[in-house]
Amino acid sequence: MATKINKQKHVENETSNLKGTLISVMVLGMIILISWFGVFALFLSR
Amino acid sequence: MGLKQTEAVTSIGTYPISKKDAKLYMSFMYVAFISLFIGGLMGLLQTLVRSGKLTLPAGIGYYQILTVHGVILGLVLTTFFIIGFQFSFISKSVGISNKQRKYAWLSFWVMLIGTIMTATTILLGKASVLYTFYTPLKAHPVFYIGLALVIVGSWIAGFVNWHQLYSWKKQHPGEKSPLPAFMVTINMIMWFIASLGVAVSVLFLILPWSLGYTATVNVLLTRTLFWYFGHPLVYFWLLPAYMAWYTIIPKIIGGKIFSDSLARMSFILLLFFSIPVGFHHQLTEPGIEPMWKFIQVTLTMMVVIPTLMTAFSLFATFEITGRKKGYTSLFGWFKKLPWKDVRFLAPFIGMLFFIPGGAGGIINASHQLNSVIHNTIWVTGHFHLTVAASVLLTFFGISYWLLPHLTGRKLTPQINKLGIIQTYIWTIGMTIMSTAMHIQGLLGGPRRSNFSEYGGTDQAHEWIWYQLAQAVGGTILFIGIILMVYIFIKLTFLAPKGIEEYPLAEEEVDAQPTPAWFDNWKLWIGITVALILFAYSMPVMDMIQNSPPGSPPFTWPIGNN
Amino acid sequence: MHLHKYEKIWLTFGIGSLVVFLLILGYGAFWKGTHPQSHGVTIDPNNIQAYEDFKPENLGLTKVDDNQYVVNLIASAFNYDFGKDDDGAPVKHIRIPAGSNVLFQVTTPDVVHGFNVAGTNVNMMVEPGYISQLETVLKKPGIYTIVCNEYCGVGHHMMYATLEVYE
Repeated sequence: MATKINKQKHVENETSNLKGTLISVMVLGMIILISWFGVFALFLSR
Repeated sequence: MGLKQTEAVTSIGTYPISKKDAKLYMSFMYVAFISLFIGGLMGLLQTLVRSGKLTLPAGIGYYQILTVHGVILGLVLTTFFIIGFQFSFISKSVGISNKQRKYAWLSFWVMLIGTIMTATTILLGKASVLYTFYTPLKAHPVFYIGLALVIVGSWIAGFVNWHQLYSWKKQHPGEKSPLPAFMVTINMIMWFIASLGVAVSVLFLILPWSLGYTATVNVLLTRTLFWYFGHPLVYFWLLPAYMAWYTIIPKIIGGKIFSDSLARMSFILLLFFSIPVGFHHQLTEPGIEPMWKFIQVTLTMMVVIPTLMTAFSLFATFEITGRKKGYTSLFGWFKKLPWKDVRFLAPFIGMLFFIPGGAGGIINASHQLNSVIHNTIWVTGHFHLTVAASVLLTFFGISYWLLPHLTGRKLTPQINKLGIIQTYIWTIGMTIMSTAMHIQGLLGGPRRSNFSEYGGTDQAHEWIWYQLAQAVGGTILFIGIILMVYIFIKLTFLAPKGIEEYPLAEEEVDAQPTPAWFDNWKLWIGITVALILFAYSMPVMDMIQNSPPGSPPFTWPIGNN
Repeated sequence: MHLHKYEKIWLTFGIGSLVVFLLILGYGAFWKGTHPQSHGVTIDPNNIQAYEDFKPENLGLTKVDDNQYVVNLIASAFNYDFGKDDDGAPVKHIRIPAGSNVLFQVTTPDVVHGFNVAGTNVNMMVEPGYISQLETVLKKPGIYTIVCNEYCGVGHHMMYATLEVYE
């Protein structure tokens, strides 16, 4: 019982703690998308 | 009992490095840094020549120094640094026996002799075929024999690494392989399977042909075998950087390994998908079925996934470490990273360079989009971001503690500061050079070409401006190389005696245990081989069965008669 | 193996993006026919003249129909052979009206070359034993540099020509 509560608390902490990580990787994802579609547009225009 | 168990789980770097070991690892480092200097000098000369501002003194060819640059940096510096670092890394976690050390020395000498043989032929002007040595251009046979020896030497190193882990496992039945040993083993399995391709090409196709025993060679087959090796080659460079990112960086910033299992998982995925993807280097070739090209493009997208996982793990390591130190705001943890510690700064900037590097890589491999950039200098810009910035800055980051650790000296605050300056010089130089290359490439400027006005077209005139920018970047980078060589000399011979830590991070005490199935090597190798057979069997059979008449050797185009 | 909730979101997004890329590429390649060149036609590199399209009189630009052109050429170290003009001088400049359909056919009797009409999607490897083929519509008027973009030897950078797309 005690370990169960402990675990739940652990998970909650984790979720709130990694917000910065999620935003950072999403920025990275946007860079990938923008550059890919940029070159794709160039391909179509040529 | 509880304490002891924790220790067994978390300590992955328990074996000290003896003087004898240090001498071995340092030998690899000497060759690596001498190569850095020579190769860097060639790079500087290239950018100056191509800017139109410099003509090489009589007798030295542009393509000759280009061959030196590619071979000595792409094959020699990287392989020597990696094998040396990996020996230290795996031995730290599973130890190295006297006998194993002897064979490790054998690997060093075989690689060195091979390097000298290859270098001699290039310097004599008998092998200006660039590091890809595409047939039917023919170099002097000794060029190929030397390259084969470098590869065979690296295999010996791999066999020793596997044996190191094997002996440790025998002494520690039922325990999981320590993470560093696991990572080195994966990288050497990948390297072995991949370099088999180029070894077959060199030993059975190119060497007999260059010696005159066979009249012609199957050009497409040699190109395919080269790229079967050529793409995993870049992952062979990258994986040691990942090793440092996963296990060294957390320690330097005062944290723990984010997830042992995820690190292993990403290495396994890299093993699976880094080999059956070579066609994405051959997308604009006439002799390969488009269907098979597309299949390998799809597999290439799969190899992106472990890198996406790595990106998350790294940011998470930074954030968790910062939060533990009490920084609660959204990005407060970021500001408090040890920016003034070069052991962190250099690899961190390397990670940042991998963001545009990776994004560009996805574009390169995107089937028909490849025709926008194929063989333009965009590609050169791309791999200078990945290998010459991401990987190399991480290798520099490793050197700042590995060299003094091995020589019994200390990374002083003064050298640390020099290192930080070096890192910024490198960042500025590479940003200028690589950006200019990317833009010029989108405008159609070719890679691997001497200065030319191409008959005076407007396009060619526009390219020259970017070539000037590359010369500026190249000059800044060469200043960075001189500084790095100075730092190498300092850390090897001059820095004050002392003890420099080998910064290997540990897992969280309450980390979830790593599942035992990660040590299922037969399964990983089986899947890897199956994927390769799937991606390559049919197209290679097609290349052999439907091959056009072969090509005789050509030596006059590279200036030999 | 435990995955953090945010990592699941990230991997879903990341893998989703890769799938979208592949769907776009696959649609373009298999339905619209924009595969990179993969012609697969072989030729004896020691006797390319035996192939009709590469006989000296068939090199260079040929109009085959309204708005339909063929460009045959031989890439060799270190030259692009577009045939000869009426005065017997080698052709180094070809002119094509904008918006017309052009088929490029290239082969080589010696080493590997590149064929890139810089600034367009006409970008092919040229290898001994194969015919490289690409059909395209050149939309934008202008003068384009044709460059060899695969290293072929000491004169590699002197291998060029120009292509003019006019209104």
